[in-house]
Amino acid sequence: MRKYVYMLLAIAAMTFLMAGCSGHSESQQSGKPKKDITVRMMADPDFLDPHKATASLTFQMMLNVFEGLVNPAPNGGIEPGVAKSYKMSEDGLTYTFKLRPGIKFHNGDPVTVQDVEYSFDRLTGKSTGQPLSSSLAAIIKSVTAPDDQTIVIKLKKPYSPFLTELTAVDAAILDKKNDAKQNTHPIGTGPFKFVEYKPENKLVLEKFDDYWKKGVPYLNKVTFSYQPDDDAAFMSLKSGNLDLTSVPAHKVDEIKNAFNIIPQNSNAVFLMGFNNAKKPFNDVRVRQAINDVVNKQDIIDAAFSGHGSKLGSHMSPAMGKYFDKSTVGDYQPNVKKAKQLLKAAGYSNGFSMTITVSSHSPVYSEAAQVIVEELKQIGIHAKINVIEWAKWLDDVYKQKDYEATIIDFTGKLSPFDTLSQYRSNDPENMMNFSDEKFDTLMSQILNESSEDKRVALYKQAQEELSQQAPAVFICDYQTEWALNKQFTGFTKYPIYYLDLAHIKPAK
Amino acid sequence: MIHSKKKRNMNLIIGGTILLFFLTIMVISFFYTPYDVNKIQVANKLQPPSSAHWLGTDKFGRDTLSRIMTGTQTAFFVGAVVVVIGLFFGSIIGGLAGYLGGWFDEIVMRFIDALMAFPGIILAIMIVAVFGTGITDTALALGVLATPSIARIVRSGFMQNKDLDYVVAARSIGVSPLRIIFKVIMPNIYSQLIVAGSVAFAGALLAESSLSYLGLGVQPPDPSLGRMLSESQEYITDDPWYALAPGLTITFIVLGFYMLSNGLRELTDRRS
Amino acid sequence: MAYILRRLVFLCLTLVFISIITFLVFRILPGDPVQIMLGPDADPARITAVRHQLGLDQPLFEQYIHLIQGFVKGDLGESLRFSMPVKTLILARLPLTFSLALMSLVIVVFVSIPLGVLAAIRKNSWGDIILSSITQVGMAIPTFFVGMLLMILFGSMFRLFSPGGYIPWGESFFGALGSLLLPALTIAIPQIAVCFRYVRNEILEQTTMDYVRTARGKGATERATLFKHILRNSLIPVLTVFGLILAEVIAGTIVVEQVFSLPGIGTLLITSVSGRDFPVVQGLVLYIAFVVVCINFIVDLLYRVLDPRIRLK
Repeated sequence: MRKYVYMLLAIAAMTFLMAGCSGHSESQQSGKPKKDITVRMMADPDFLDPHKATASLTFQMMLNVFEGLVNPAPNGGIEPGVAKSYKMSEDGLTYTFKLRPGIKFHNGDPVTVQDVEYSFDRLTGKSTGQPLSSSLAAIIKSVTAPDDQTIVIKLKKPYSPFLTELTAVDAAILDKKNDAKQNTHPIGTGPFKFVEYKPENKLVLEKFDDYWKKGVPYLNKVTFSYQPDDDAAFMSLKSGNLDLTSVPAHKVDEIKNAFNIIPQNSNAVFLMGFNNAKKPFNDVRVRQAINDVVNKQDIIDAAFSGHGSKLGSHMSPAMGKYFDKSTVGDYQPNVKKAKQLLKAAGYSNGFSMTITVSSHSPVYSEAAQVIVEELKQIGIHAKINVIEWAKWLDDVYKQKDYEATIIDFTGKLSPFDTLSQYRSNDPENMMNFSDEKFDTLMSQILNESSEDKRVALYKQAQEELSQQAPAVFICDYQTEWALNKQFTGFTKYPIYYLDLAHIKPAK
Repeated sequence: MIHSKKKRNMNLIIGGTILLFFLTIMVISFFYTPYDVNKIQVANKLQPPSSAHWLGTDKFGRDTLSRIMTGTQTAFFVGAVVVVIGLFFGSIIGGLAGYLGGWFDEIVMRFIDALMAFPGIILAIMIVAVFGTGITDTALALGVLATPSIARIVRSGFMQNKDLDYVVAARSIGVSPLRIIFKVIMPNIYSQLIVAGSVAFAGALLAESSLSYLGLGVQPPDPSLGRMLSESQEYITDDPWYALAPGLTITFIVLGFYMLSNGLRELTDRRS
Repeated sequence: MAYILRRLVFLCLTLVFISIITFLVFRILPGDPVQIMLGPDADPARITAVRHQLGLDQPLFEQYIHLIQGFVKGDLGESLRFSMPVKTLILARLPLTFSLALMSLVIVVFVSIPLGVLAAIRKNSWGDIILSSITQVGMAIPTFFVGMLLMILFGSMFRLFSPGGYIPWGESFFGALGSLLLPALTIAIPQIAVCFRYVRNEILEQTTMDYVRTARGKGATERATLFKHILRNSLIPVLTVFGLILAEVIAGTIVVEQVFSLPGIGTLLITSVSGRDFPVVQGLVLYIAFVVVCINFIVDLLYRVLDPRIRLK
């Protein structure tokens, strides 16, 4: 009798366990090409309203919904968007845009010059007195519409990177009639329209049939599925619940035959920044000595499984012609040289320091652990202080109360914005860096109208940063994208932008 | 439970042996580990167990055995601090509440009930957010968390004892209340305190590893068994031993304390 | 009746107390919700505008009073991060966490009680000794390690379940069951251990009672004695343990949702603490505490109803 009870129990337990196993059905076995895609969403959007949103991960998704007067181009430049064409005056103070004829918002409203005026008014805070973009508010003098096809923007002073600040990242064109609902039900002019958003769950977009560019998008529906965890996302990818996601570098080999793997330079700068105003980091020799002893390749191997490119200054190769390749080799691991530099700076016995890093991603403390070990060679005893992201933003970023920190800066379209934080008076100068030569170069760039000369100046600025070493510029890590083989057409951009309009069924 | 007098106290023996084993390892780790715990050799990373690295290496190429040995220091340190804090404040608060009774008891107990209704891990996260992370801060936060349940145990011990003859006698000859609490009653609930202490020790280890697992506990480069586990999670399918070594270590130490506490309970049950 | 009233007053006091703790902690927590949301690249003008719009430029104490006034009227306020009512956020996650808790509880009941009874009947048999030792280990394993072990076993070895990713009940019943089974098992395993030991010991204790001897003396069969007398009497104390187990299960969901990255209440709570989303944290903490206190209350009441001796007092 008892034996039966045991057996029954065992059987009951087994059936219960098995009940959940058969659940997974692959629904895409039918012959039709797959036109719905599920993409991983790593974090929630900060705001759906593009004028309030700042996070790069938000724009990675929402650039499919919004457009600016110009759009980001795959090669790193810009191309026409809501504006069909644009022209800059000789003195660099007046920009004239022609509206694209027949362009519509997702709700069917035609895009008018009033909508453009409204959008810029909202950003610069002209009528409310409360700007949403202090940089646009600082450079734009006026936005006017001489006729119903033309927009004229006048600047207060020449600002050469102006056009790159007119993409949807900084200045999306929004429907004036949707004013009350920009954040709850956003409406743009992009290839996909917003359908619904459930926090920490999903964001759904649908094809916009009236999109001005004919033939795109190819897909009918895009679902961004919230999946903050790399491992869970990887499992979901393998089980067919996700079609497109970034995967940890060390997992690539496991799936490289089953998926399209697309490596992409993130255009990020991963660095260890010093508080340049604080002793002993106010001495350039100390900063150079640390640069001489840190082995960037070790950090790339440890924190990014070898998938990253070494940097020499604050610019990634993803920036194309602006990137100064010569800086990469400026510092090679050289303990002897580092010791000499430290001795010259008066620290022949080394010193103690603290590296403050945020806990929101393990890569920072991983890199820190490698650096701590390497600094021991020149007598520097570093301690790691891991704090919450919220506290990091407060203490390190805002109060600048730190000695050294490890962080990454995500890519921007404009090389000027990429470098601007090192200007002495820049509000975002978190490293307290101040260098006259660098400041001069940057203001020269603003007034330089020749693109070729600007490129040369950008390179000089990068070299100056490399020499002055406000940070150890470590690497640009690669993102490894895995795309379901039923799709093709992944397009790379130097900013966080997953262009889903050009993704199409493979056959 | 009923035990024949002849039956050996297996819980006490096994639990004690496990703990003795890990304590020995901890003591050894102060003087000797096979490799430098923090020595990074990226080229050597994620090695499976071998004769050179008995438990393999982690993703920095550090020796897992050395890190686990040092990790037991953290575990025992956090556990000890938590038990000391918990027992100290727990017996003062619980003792006063149990002995004095009345409105004081009512307020203290409601306070404790409320704290216990609060999700513990969230309270820990909030305390850590305020005071920061690191070994000492983690230990302090967890010590505060361990206090209410110990206070409860002490209180019920006092409730049972305070009207017994020996206490009444002491009171009638004019012994001061503080003296009664600490000198007269306390020795009589030592056995309960010891059991509560070892349970708290086990709880502290579990809580520390949970916090470190969530990235909020002990911080690198200090080795923590919980953090080693969370670091290993992304490699769990390819390199399961990476997770198994720290996971089993935590489990066995906690098991040791649970068995010890059960054994101690049996011991006192048998005596009474 | 007076007892119930007293308990209700206590319930309210507990909630008030918890809300004050949450508020005080948030007062000293460093970090600005808007800066966290927008990140380091945020435009200062945008931060100011958003802070103003969310009412964050008012003193924290005023925000708190505002929130509490809403609570009294049944309004939980609006999330800072999601610009959505807290109630909507909580309700959207409730099905997941609720099913997770329920499934774990069902597993605990259906595994631990029969096993406990069997182990007690065959006390000191090999089965009993093995089960008892396994449960000791079950109590000692950290929850997330259980989760990881289950992932190793089922996720990759058998490819049976779909760890990672939650499939809502509405989409596919078996899909939902599959996505929740491992997490539920993870939460259940340590509780099975607790419950098993409790049931076994309680039955053993009851077996020595006089009424059992009387029943046997009257010629009742072993089975009748077990089911009619012992089991009934021993399950009453087990019920009280269930209150504790349920509280543990709820706490367990917080960690386990992290391990399996499920978008439930626990995940919301943790992301809200790190995002400094005060209204959401306040709402969630109160909600969880409310549930825990209520469960204890109901268990207490049931206990009184079921056990005539207590009713007499």
